[in-house]
Amino acid sequence: MRGVGMESFDAAVIGAGVVGCAAARRLALCGARVVVLEAAADILDGASKGNSAILHTGFDAPPGSLEAACIAAGHTEYLEIHERLGLPLDRAGALVLAWSQDEAARLPALMDKARANGVATIEPLTGAAIRALEPELAPGVVAGFRVPGEYLIDPWSTPLAYLRQALANGAQLWRSCAVTGARWDGKIWHLDTAQGPVGARAVIAAAGLWGDRVEAMFTGQATFTIRPRKGQFVVFDKPAAGLVRHILLPVPTEVTKGIVVCRTVFGNLLVGPTAEEQEGRRHAPLDTATLGRLRTLGEAILPALADHEVTAVYAGLRPASERPEYRITWDADRRFLGLGAIRSTGLSAALGLARHAAELIAATEPGWRALPEPAWPRVPNISEGAARDWQCPGHGGILCHCELVTRREVEAALDGPLGARTLAGLKRRTRVTMGRCQGFYCSEALARLTEGRLTEPMGLTGD
Amino acid sequence: MTDAPRPPAASGPAVVETADVVIVGAGPAGLSAAVTLRRMGVERVVVLDREATPGGIPRHCAHPPYGLREFGWIMTGPTYARRLVAAARAAGAEIRAATTVTALRPGPAVEVTSDAGRATIRARAVLLATGVRESTRAQRLIGGTRPGGVLSTGALQGMVHLAGVLPFRRPAILGSEMVAFSALMTCRAHDIRPVAMIEPGARTVARWPAALLPRALGIPLMLNTTVAAIEGGARVEGLCVQTPRGPRRLAADGLIVSGGFRPEGALLPGSHLTRDPGTGGPEVDPHGRLSDPAFFAAGNLLHPVETAGWCWNEGRRVARSIVLGLRGALPLPAPDPAGGRIALRGPLAYVTPRRICAPGDAALDRLILRMARPARGRLSLRVDGHEIAGSTLDARPERRLFLPLPPAGHGAVEVVFDEDGGDTG
Ligand SMILES: Cc1cc2nc3c(=O)[nH]c(=O)nc-3n(C[C@H](O)[C@H](O)[C@H](O)COP(=O)(O)OP(=O)(O)OC[C@H]3O[C@@H](n4cnc5c(N)ncnc54)[C@H](O)[C@@H]3O)c2cc1C
Ligand SMILES: Cc1cc2nc3c(=O)[nH]c(=O)nc-3n(C[C@H](O)[C@H](O)[C@H](O)COP(=O)(O)OP(=O)(O)OC[C@H]3O[C@@H](n4cnc5c(N)ncnc54)[C@H](O)[C@@H]3O)c2cc1C
Repeated sequence: MRGVGMESFDAAVIGAGVVGCAAARRLALCGARVVVLEAAADILDGASKGNSAILHTGFDAPPGSLEAACIAAGHTEYLEIHERLGLPLDRAGALVLAWSQDEAARLPALMDKARANGVATIEPLTGAAIRALEPELAPGVVAGFRVPGEYLIDPWSTPLAYLRQALANGAQLWRSCAVTGARWDGKIWHLDTAQGPVGARAVIAAAGLWGDRVEAMFTGQATFTIRPRKGQFVVFDKPAAGLVRHILLPVPTEVTKGIVVCRTVFGNLLVGPTAEEQEGRRHAPLDTATLGRLRTLGEAILPALADHEVTAVYAGLRPASERPEYRITWDADRRFLGLGAIRSTGLSAALGLARHAAELIAATEPGWRALPEPAWPRVPNISEGAARDWQCPGHGGILCHCELVTRREVEAALDGPLGARTLAGLKRRTRVTMGRCQGFYCSEALARLTEGRLTEPMGLTGD
Repeated sequence: MTDAPRPPAASGPAVVETADVVIVGAGPAGLSAAVTLRRMGVERVVVLDREATPGGIPRHCAHPPYGLREFGWIMTGPTYARRLVAAARAAGAEIRAATTVTALRPGPAVEVTSDAGRATIRARAVLLATGVRESTRAQRLIGGTRPGGVLSTGALQGMVHLAGVLPFRRPAILGSEMVAFSALMTCRAHDIRPVAMIEPGARTVARWPAALLPRALGIPLMLNTTVAAIEGGARVEGLCVQTPRGPRRLAADGLIVSGGFRPEGALLPGSHLTRDPGTGGPEVDPHGRLSDPAFFAAGNLLHPVETAGWCWNEGRRVARSIVLGLRGALPLPAPDPAGGRIALRGPLAYVTPRRICAPGDAALDRLILRMARPARGRLSLRVDGHEIAGSTLDARPERRLFLPLPPAGHGAVEVVFDEDGGDTG
């Protein structure tokens, strides 16, 4: 609990996923006093913890939709701000690959859709041209097209950087702070939280997999139901990243963008995600057989993958709903905005969604003045190939050998108002234990260094 | 909130040092090589290890038996590690801990980083002795959630022996190689009571007498069983196992994923050196020499996995090759790398040394083989199709097999495992 009485803010953002982090940043830049309320012990504990990390152009989004507009706006703003925030950008570009005549027949419609979405830079390619671009590709590609603007980014540092800029410009982050109830008194919202009452003139719900439940707290009844859709991935060790130049996309279906093969900004190669509906919202359990199929599928696309080792397996949950679209609710009178069901494009669209949110709310808050000279704190760029801390003296030694994470980097990630509170949070900020040995070498050093500093310590406490 | 320190743009290290021989890895193999090199008159021998304390894996294996062959009596891993380090220092080798090798370069040279910053060390020869690690839960594609408390034996031992942290109290142990018994002993010493030892195969991998241990300790041994899924949020809450009699749930608060060794060969893919796809380590000839003859390798990096004593002995022998190499007295490597390599046929995982070279007094004095799966049949070494050595076997992947070194320059060399009709065990 945070002292007595109720602290009041211009705006409360519920949820520190990528959408909430981006919204908090935008509102703080607009001059609002913002609090971010996150149920989990650390940020990025929901849908945002496991995705493909592609900065989409929105070429295959429903044309004219809010989703398409937000992806486009988000893509543009990311390119403008990433360097100032220290964030990486891998301009890989994507190839949409048709492996059969049937799929090839669907390419023209997809290219038309891309153009309708304002993605004019696409280039149709013959099978031979594709093989020339991607020599490791299995034979059998019939045709395809290139989408040069599909890029790869860091899925965790990105929202972290957004939130960090929000905090540097006056916002607050309250973690382990589930919102459990809400009451509108005609002027402000009274929120019940795990850390005591909070007052807010406006509320943005960015609660991801719990978006429907949270919306119901504010509106009495949610306008949608979350239908979690799991995506499992297999990540290969670094040498495999050299097998591809582009993000390899299949021809998408109505339900899913399909299985992607691409490198990551950390220098690995990933194959995934699946699209599996499930009931549970909390866990995304992996399945041995499915992971095996992903591996086989990866080898069918890139035969050389057969000689490469798996580094990690993971799964994420998309906050999808019963309809294939974002579910946005705006109550201008009571200043409640629900950013619901940001299903499979939220990493790309977050900055666009944040602008949309700020426009809606700022229209009701004539007093807000955009910060004339906002702070631009940088996060460490931990992508492969970036100048890294281990290259500078005074780093205190390497702690995680596979990912070359230094003691100084880990110390820094544990510090400050956005310091990691969980081991998972520490991994997302630094990549410790995320390499090929998965903790064989560094668990000991990490257990020592984090002792007493994590909400869920690596060792047992007491008896 | 302070900004992260900003490193300079990536470029090679500015500091350049020199040594006669650089050894990467201060485990049993690297340290015994250091002693031998010094005794044979090599001036500057520098052993680099990325851990804060040198000694390699034995540092955290706080149980016997180590050291019988090397020091004449049985001791625990940490004592053994300290003895090896002391011996190398006494022999005049320089040991630098907390120094990570980040790249191997022709020359030969290695690039390192430590708290002092980056440096390049040029040498006349480089010995790689970076050891092995266990394979992970991810590599085995084990399903379920991803809670804390799923550890390799190495991680468990590091946590309990070196950091004094208990990750769980009632884990299951997956695997039954020797290292699983190392895990079992670690658990016993810390009042951790394993709920089961789970082995996917039909029998324990480790031989008698270790295999009797679980029963003696009252720990159920579950054969023909796999871990289908791990359950739990922050910590393991249970395990779904697939037994011959169907699925079962085990109440456990952790999982030790033991064994499945693979070489720590991470420096190879970014280098100019050839990898052996079978072992995953470097490709070597019988002198322990790599595709660039200024580089050598010894210890478990070459063969997942042998005992510490084996690695220690191999370090000594390869050190003698290095000295011969420095004097220009080693037989020349086979000129054509493709032709100078042993071909494999049948369910063989690896054969090492893979490169053919006139053996002379070879450091690696025989071929070590492992099967990819259990099989029955005839194993033979053939030169131009003629068997020059062989035996009929019921072979299992966990047992090492041997063949004599092939002669050089007499024709195409093959190691073949011909399976008996149909029955693959
Ligand atoms: C497999 C997969 C692949 C994907 N690939 C991509 C991709 O390549 N590119 C792309 O752009 N997008 C991708 N996405 C989509 C993207 O990850 C999501 O759209 C995005 O993470 C949604 O973020 P969010 O902030 O809406 O939700 P979340 O990340 O779930 O955040 C919601 C937060 O709200 C908190 N919360 C919930 N209830 C409460 C409460 N009552 N009180 C306080 N806090 C609460 C939760 O703890 C959580 O932290 C992918 C998603 C998946 C699953
Ligand atoms: C958990 C476990 C238990 C075991 N128990 C036993 C046992 O009871 N008895 C037994 O005989 N054998 C045991 N073994 C086998 C063990 O591997 C050998 O005992 C022996 O340690 C191998 O010696 P080595 O010198 O080849 O490698 P290691 O002992 O593994 O030493 C390799 C060294 O190289 C260093 N290194 C790696 N990469 C770099 C780099 N890039 N830069 C700098 N330094 C680097 C590492 O830090 C390490 O210190 C066990 C193995 C494991 C994993």
